[in-house]
Amino acid sequence: MTTTTPSATTTVFAGVGRRLGTGAPVYVLLAVLLAALAITDPGFYEPDSFLAFIKRAAPLVILAAGQYMVIVSGGFDLSVGAVVTAGVVAGAEFYGSYPDAPWLLVTAGLLLAGAIVGLVNGLISTVLLVPSFITTLGMMLILEGAVFYWTGGSPQGVLPESFRSFGRGEAGGWLPWAVLACLAVGAIAVWLMRSDFGRTLLATGDNERAAALAGVRVPRVRTLAFVLSGTAAALAAVLVAGFSGVSAQAGRGLEFEAITAVVLGGVILGGGRGSVVAAMAGAFSLQALFTLLNLQGVSGALESTVQGFIVIAAVGLGAADFSRLRRRRSQPSEGKSSS
Amino acid sequence: MTAVRTEAPVSAAPRRLPGAGRLKVTDPVVGVWLAAAAVTLIGWIVVTIDGGQFMTQSNFTGILQNSVALGLVAVGQSAVILTGSLDLSVAYLISLGTLVAAETMEGGSVVTAVLAVLALSAAVGLANGLIVTGLKVNAFIATLGMAFILRGYIEDNYTGPAGDVPASFQRLGYDRIGFIPISVFLLIAVAAVLWLITKRTRLGHHMYATGGDEHAARLSGVRTRRTVIYAHVLCALCVGAAALFLASRLGAGAPWAGTEARYDLDSIAAVVLGGTALAGGRGGVAGTLGGVLLLSVLDSIFNQLSVDPFFKNVVRGVVIIAAVALYARPFRRRAKARDEARAKEKGALA
Amino acid sequence: MSRTRRTTRPGARNRRLAAPAAALLAAALLASCSSDAPKDDLADDPAASEQAEDGDKRSEFFDQADYDRQLELTKATPEGPEGKPWEQMLDPASGGMVDTSEYAMEGGVEGAKLCFSNAGVFNPWRQVGLKTMKAEVAQHDEIADFTVLDAQGKDDKQISDIQELSGQDCDALIVSPNTTATLTPAVEEACGKIPVIVFDRGVETDCAVTFISPIGGYAYGAAAADFLVDEVDKGGKIVALRISPGVDVLETRWSAAEIAFEKAGLDVVEVKFTDGDPSKAKSIVSDAIARHGRIDGVWMDSGATSVAAVEAFEDAGEDIPPITGEDQQDFLQAWKDKDLTAIAPAYPTFQWRTPVIAALKILKGEEVPKEWTLPQPVVTEENFDEYYKEGMPPLHYGACGCEELPGYPGDWGGE
Repeated sequence: MTTTTPSATTTVFAGVGRRLGTGAPVYVLLAVLLAALAITDPGFYEPDSFLAFIKRAAPLVILAAGQYMVIVSGGFDLSVGAVVTAGVVAGAEFYGSYPDAPWLLVTAGLLLAGAIVGLVNGLISTVLLVPSFITTLGMMLILEGAVFYWTGGSPQGVLPESFRSFGRGEAGGWLPWAVLACLAVGAIAVWLMRSDFGRTLLATGDNERAAALAGVRVPRVRTLAFVLSGTAAALAAVLVAGFSGVSAQAGRGLEFEAITAVVLGGVILGGGRGSVVAAMAGAFSLQALFTLLNLQGVSGALESTVQGFIVIAAVGLGAADFSRLRRRRSQPSEGKSSS
Repeated sequence: MTAVRTEAPVSAAPRRLPGAGRLKVTDPVVGVWLAAAAVTLIGWIVVTIDGGQFMTQSNFTGILQNSVALGLVAVGQSAVILTGSLDLSVAYLISLGTLVAAETMEGGSVVTAVLAVLALSAAVGLANGLIVTGLKVNAFIATLGMAFILRGYIEDNYTGPAGDVPASFQRLGYDRIGFIPISVFLLIAVAAVLWLITKRTRLGHHMYATGGDEHAARLSGVRTRRTVIYAHVLCALCVGAAALFLASRLGAGAPWAGTEARYDLDSIAAVVLGGTALAGGRGGVAGTLGGVLLLSVLDSIFNQLSVDPFFKNVVRGVVIIAAVALYARPFRRRAKARDEARAKEKGALA
Repeated sequence: MSRTRRTTRPGARNRRLAAPAAALLAAALLASCSSDAPKDDLADDPAASEQAEDGDKRSEFFDQADYDRQLELTKATPEGPEGKPWEQMLDPASGGMVDTSEYAMEGGVEGAKLCFSNAGVFNPWRQVGLKTMKAEVAQHDEIADFTVLDAQGKDDKQISDIQELSGQDCDALIVSPNTTATLTPAVEEACGKIPVIVFDRGVETDCAVTFISPIGGYAYGAAAADFLVDEVDKGGKIVALRISPGVDVLETRWSAAEIAFEKAGLDVVEVKFTDGDPSKAKSIVSDAIARHGRIDGVWMDSGATSVAAVEAFEDAGEDIPPITGEDQQDFLQAWKDKDLTAIAPAYPTFQWRTPVIAALKILKGEEVPKEWTLPQPVVTEENFDEYYKEGMPPLHYGACGCEELPGYPGDWGGE
């Protein structure tokens, strides 16, 4: 595929287009939704309720950051919803046996477990070459089945306040811990993406062969992306458990929401392009959309229809605005599958 | 546009002419049928040891009967996945299909109902295809969005089972010839049509080409967009057939007929189990049927052994991953060889 | 339906349809054709056509006669042993008693084999129920074998399960249907072979020997709504949280509540679906508080998310208004700890014991009521201690009637 050598101007132009193409629409969407929220509910921007909104969005934002890592490296992680459910249920089950366990230990344990799930996902995908869609689909079945098999259908313990305060309470009486967690994850994600790891991750997703030839240890990078996603999912589980307590369906559908959020953020499924901040903004947009639909009082049942239309339209618009540029840009890399 | 084109190792498949494959044990299609046979054999032994009877006529009937709905959906799903797309809206389309079928049959004739359901399906498939190709929305998101749209419509309009299927049409769901449910013939017929389309027509060749490498296909004159749209319509029509079958079996339309059974993810699992590459371009209907049968036999064995339903999911997950890992073995070998060659190259350079 | 009509040209697809249609036709013509479908036509169901005539949504589902009867039953005194509600029956005479001598096992029920087609164990209510049922079976040494097939929420699979079980050498078949309408043909077929006991949801046939269920959804919804009507002043703002639309058993609960609120002049400011997800419920209630300033009462169609609603008020720094829940342990715990003004109608899990008892009665040839209506307890301030049990897990259901069963409380996750 050695067609044309793009001139300097087109490269710059494409660079701008790329940045806009993968990021801009989501910020516009987010701005529109936030403006609509302000009109619908004048009290929305009072510090308390705005912080409450971010707190509510935090688990999805964190999931989106993790999911972004996997998607941008060219994979899918469908197991995150199951990790959240399993995390909540396993936490409660653990507290059933050890009611006095320190919350920090349990949280750390859950994060570690999430990382291990991610590691297994990553190893199966990279060493056994099972497509990650299938690996994580299988993992989803396994996790949900195993955790309910283990607990006999419902967890035995109660989550104590100390454990729950991370997802429910506030630091210093006003700043929700969840908001802090969200900021921390955002900072870490941005830092990671600017580091060597981030560049190799993008390179892997863009063209695995080229990255491998350039010396990137592709399996390691992709596995690490899964580990990050699994850990993020476990963190989301801790927040969800804190926010709303034990539930056997805490994480249901979250995998689809996280992927939708990432795609709303202009990240291309298939990898190689997109920014993590935009992905997180996608999660905020999705949460803002949920809140707006709720406040607008759209007939309860029609909510999902509206949601479906908006998601398709948003992604479609994002693709349409810059599709000409992107097509020109992406042609060389689209041949990658024929290697 | 392709949903899952990322898995480069798998999509780096050798381009075989569709239909020209020889029977090899390593071929996933042969593999999955062998696996189904092996699982049947093991199940027979285990169930017999457990004190049950596996090789009974009613059990065979059950296995076949339980394969029909998933089979119809999975056959359709094969078409889109072959083309490099995928369809997550099938579950809600089934629900809506059963409702439309049962309600139309209640007020009108069976023929009208069948046409209405197929028209509805074709419309949804067309919409999916157009969103994927025209709006350039990734199939994953496009069909997920469609699923949400259908869900809202169903939930807004139905409060429970609706409609009534006349006894004459219920025969499709209940009649048998010997021990073979006649709905199996519906599945076989639909699968045969899909097989013919994918293996013996120009459209089929285009589907394989588009799924294998869309860009190359386009350069060689394949109208890839149109091909993807056709695949989506084909898939939706199969889903419509599944909805009609379920309506005949259930005797009414049910808003959760498709979703509670998780036909969306299950059908994808069956397709992949049957050796079709998620990235597209490889596999086919024959393997998918094997995958469906394998899942159905497993279910029957679990039933016989009264396995905890949660544990079933664990086994299903392991089976799916393990099967695909087996299919990927040749690629692993190739990848290893490539790595070794590269290492040698490096050594030579140094 | 309008959306289907304006769509594509089906003509183009007809040719594709021709092959399967031909196969079907050929198959239908074959003389050796046999059918598992029940012989009589169940197509003309008067109830179904009645429903269709009404355009209005609520009345489409609402059945005045059922509603009246259920509210009547809540006041009735149950017949049967004191303190064992799972053996009690309300107004058994209405449906008549069934003579079961034709099903009596020769030589007693020793070595009986019971079979159970379960819709699934997809929620904690069903999990607690199944444990309770298994414990009830374990109590009876005369039951030699108890086979459970789990349909995992698939109607299609449950139909096959019922066919499979009725083909085995079961002495009696217990069915907990996944869907009311869709399992009717399968149950009718099984009725021809063995005695069938249906419980929880009904089916649209009376071929089963007995149908066991608590009073029903109208009584449930009305109990919760009447409580709010008593506690909340006229014009008070009510938030109604429902699980999901399109579930018939939940629709009845809501339609009864709607009537009560309308009559009492309460202002229902929000009716939202939570999908049974506590996070979503909490968000909805928080938004409702932000939007309406003050909420005077919360009505729920089931208990899964009631604690989340309670916490939403706490986190917003508001007093918790009168609230309704279910007999789930986490709600009872919150009720106790936070001294709520609350009520918890139960859809009792003890009803899972009754089918086993009924099956044994039938196999002994003892008569059973055609419609075995169980009492449907409501947890109130007064009888709270009967249902709240210290040390049970959060997703346990208080009205399980399982306290005396072998393995309690460990098998239910308690300590």
